[in-house]
Amino acid sequence: MRALRTALRATLLAAGLGGCREGVLAAAGPIGDAENQILWETFGAMLLVVVPVILMILAFAWWFRASNPRATYRPDWSYSGKVEFSIWIVPLLLILFLATLAWSGSHDLDPYRPLPSDRKPVRVEVVSLDWKWLFLYPDYGVASINELAVPVGTPVDFRLTSGTVMNSFFVPQLGSQIYTMAGMQTRLSLQADQPGAYRGLSAQFSGDGFSDMGFTVRAVDAAGFAGWIAAAKASPGHLDNAAYDRLAATHAAAAPTRFGAVDPGLFDHAVAAATASAHRPMSATNGVMCAPRRTQGTL
Amino acid sequence: MFGKLTLHDIPLDQPIVMGACLGIVLAGVGLLGLITYLHRWRWLWEEWITSVDHKRIGVMYILLALVMLLRGFSDALMMRTQLALAGGGHLGYLPPEHYDQVFSAHGTIMIFFVAMPFVVGLMNIIVPLQIGARDVAFPVLNSVSFWLTAAGALLPNIALGVGEFARTGWLAYPPLSELPFSPGVGVDYYLVALQISGIGTLLSGINLITTILKMRAPGMELGMMPVFTWTALGSNMLIIAAFPILTVTLGLLLMDRYLGMHFFTNDAGGNPMLFINLIWGWGHPEVYILVLPAFGVFSEVIATFSGKPLFGYRSMVAATLVITVLAFVVWLHHFFTMGAGADVNAVFGIATMIIAIPTGVKVFNWLFTMYGGRIRFEPPVLWTVGFMITFVIGGMTGVLLAVPSNDFLLHNSLFLIAHFHNVIIGGVLFGCFAALEYWFPKVFGFRLEPRLGKAAFWCWFVGFYLAFMPLYVLGFLGMTRRTNHYDNPAWDPYILIACGGAFLILAGICLQILEIVVSIRTRRARRDLTGDPWNGRTLEWSLSSPPPAFNFPVLPAVEGLDAHWTSKAAGPAARPAAYDDIWVPENSPLGFLLAACAAVGGFAVVWHIWWLALVGLVCGLGALIASSWREHGEICVPAVEVARSDHLANVFRVNP
Repeated sequence: MRALRTALRATLLAAGLGGCREGVLAAAGPIGDAENQILWETFGAMLLVVVPVILMILAFAWWFRASNPRATYRPDWSYSGKVEFSIWIVPLLLILFLATLAWSGSHDLDPYRPLPSDRKPVRVEVVSLDWKWLFLYPDYGVASINELAVPVGTPVDFRLTSGTVMNSFFVPQLGSQIYTMAGMQTRLSLQADQPGAYRGLSAQFSGDGFSDMGFTVRAVDAAGFAGWIAAAKASPGHLDNAAYDRLAATHAAAAPTRFGAVDPGLFDHAVAAATASAHRPMSATNGVMCAPRRTQGTL
Repeated sequence: MFGKLTLHDIPLDQPIVMGACLGIVLAGVGLLGLITYLHRWRWLWEEWITSVDHKRIGVMYILLALVMLLRGFSDALMMRTQLALAGGGHLGYLPPEHYDQVFSAHGTIMIFFVAMPFVVGLMNIIVPLQIGARDVAFPVLNSVSFWLTAAGALLPNIALGVGEFARTGWLAYPPLSELPFSPGVGVDYYLVALQISGIGTLLSGINLITTILKMRAPGMELGMMPVFTWTALGSNMLIIAAFPILTVTLGLLLMDRYLGMHFFTNDAGGNPMLFINLIWGWGHPEVYILVLPAFGVFSEVIATFSGKPLFGYRSMVAATLVITVLAFVVWLHHFFTMGAGADVNAVFGIATMIIAIPTGVKVFNWLFTMYGGRIRFEPPVLWTVGFMITFVIGGMTGVLLAVPSNDFLLHNSLFLIAHFHNVIIGGVLFGCFAALEYWFPKVFGFRLEPRLGKAAFWCWFVGFYLAFMPLYVLGFLGMTRRTNHYDNPAWDPYILIACGGAFLILAGICLQILEIVVSIRTRRARRDLTGDPWNGRTLEWSLSSPPPAFNFPVLPAVEGLDAHWTSKAAGPAARPAAYDDIWVPENSPLGFLLAACAAVGGFAVVWHIWWLALVGLVCGLGALIASSWREHGEICVPAVEVARSDHLANVFRVNP
């Protein structure tokens, strides 16, 4: 299987894909690595059946063409117990093998499962907004928009929700994505093993400003992370509930921003606020705050 | 007076939209003028609009599908060209508020108004002919089904020029599709159009199941039905089970939007995830509703053109039924990333993979049907072999996505887009085109021009690979569906290749149009007088082409599989000693009237023009009640007439 993976990678490299410096194949952390491994194993196992089948299709179609006098015509041949047995058993065995991979992969890579590590995980709370990402660092009392700094080699425990419609939090090079949903929380553990800047995005369409919902993940060493936190703390912005509400009501993309102070419990406020009212202005792209269209009851 | 509708709702400031509208209006006026000039109104009304003949209705279904294919494909070209122009900091020519409508309309139209009517139209035409029936079980209901589908198809096209279409994607996930986030009429157009056409589809499903179960020719047991009829049975069972889910789900969303309810809202205890579960409870079976009949088409084509029976008939039927059942237990794989938990994801992932077993068996069966055959490479076979190769790849990427951990990486990416186009174009659409080439002579009595047909196939086939293989790569590179603009130079070459592929497919479509036009113009030379141009195996080929209104002058007695092939092998059949009078269903305007009321009423509901909605409702109910007072439902074709038609057909019949 390992040889097969190497061969596949070599093929894709030749196609200009395996050497890519971004995307899901350029994994930069344990989750992405493990998912890539399963991806290649499932892909390789299926190719073992799919490639011969395609070759057989081409071969049979060519050989049994009407104009080929050397092909034997069997006008009544429509059943063979041996062939019937094989055509059920081959897909069955393949799926049996893939099912074991799917089962173990689904459990080992359950997004809710904490990553094993001797380092204390960094906690980050994520709120998707129209059309930007808010990251809260509850252990440090800072926050940022569209910029996520993480220390290399340390698990990051995400708690995620949405202050608006559904989005999907996704950093292709780190692995697993997960939905963010208003009034609900999801969890995700990721880790970056190599320092670098990785693209993040929403993988779930969320309205007109969706294409601009990108963010940058900065994976930095411990000193760099401490420096980033210190710089964030020195930023002027203060994010309290009222400031969050204003931010959530601003329906526009945003440049990376940091907040030096964050009220504790802001994430819980975001969860509650999303279910209490859900308003977006009629003209969605202008980024101007509008009065709510109609009064909605609160819970 | 006009509800929310004002002159401002006509987007006069948007040249692309207005140009398209102008084109549609001019084409429409031209068509009406042509009909008037040729004095064809009465003919149109009597022979087509009010016809309850299953073959005519099937033809109208397919015509609707082909026209809508042009609309849906225009949307696709706009998307591909937009992306080709929207890299590296450029924004392209379609701003999000327009682009979002384009991809929503593309998906909605392609599934509901291209694939569905094409497949339903095929089943309508072919199933009664294959089982030796004179029509479907409920001919008037059949007309109602078709016209409701047509009314549904009308609304998204009206939305082009009056108001807007949904900007939510083709499944209108809440909370985005709820009023606070989508206050315009776009989602309302979407919901009303699908409610109207969905009811048409459900009625059609009931009709075809009853036909298959109750109207088979004497002697034809279930185990003697042609495989296309079997797959139609599976497909219609899925329609009956799945479409009520769609109607209820969209109904609940309508209530949220119109009556201030909170089924799927963020606030007041609503839960959008409930909608996502429900809609896929319909949506996944829908995939098999579309692809099962296509499997049936390929089975018929490959057996006929290989000159031998289908390999493993019983395996094929079993596989069809297994797929029918499993279609209902895999819906959660559309949202593994919701965070349902490892056990749930694993169970649904494995259930999904298990569908690959019967599907794989089908591929092997087609393969071994070719083995030992004498394959004539007519256009239907090209589509079939093209399908087999393409579908195997699409199936493989489908199983890849069924592994939850793979889906965590590829969910909603262009890999997913490539996958489902791989199976829907490579499976459903190729199947429809194979069927068009295969059964066209049966329905119209003359053959299509084969060289243009083959050229069209190659453009489609190569165009497909150019358009969608780069999308797999883009998925790996982290590109997400519904992206409007991007800034990532690594994606540029793949997006440009995909755009080129789309234009090659455009060439294929143009060749198909040319093929049909040329064939019609030279139809006298291509007339098929035998009724059996391909040396077919099933009962439809025992009839003259086109078959008479009553299909079978004498109902055939069936004793086994491939009834027509067996009877040909047994030598010239004895001519019936006597013919009976045949009662055929009488034309009915009910379907057209109901659909007109539904279209007007639907439009009124979209714009909150309540008095007009009431008018639509009252008129529709009135038409329904009035038609139930009809005293005659059938007219008689006298035995003499039946005999004359049969003799005439037999004069030209070439015995094998």
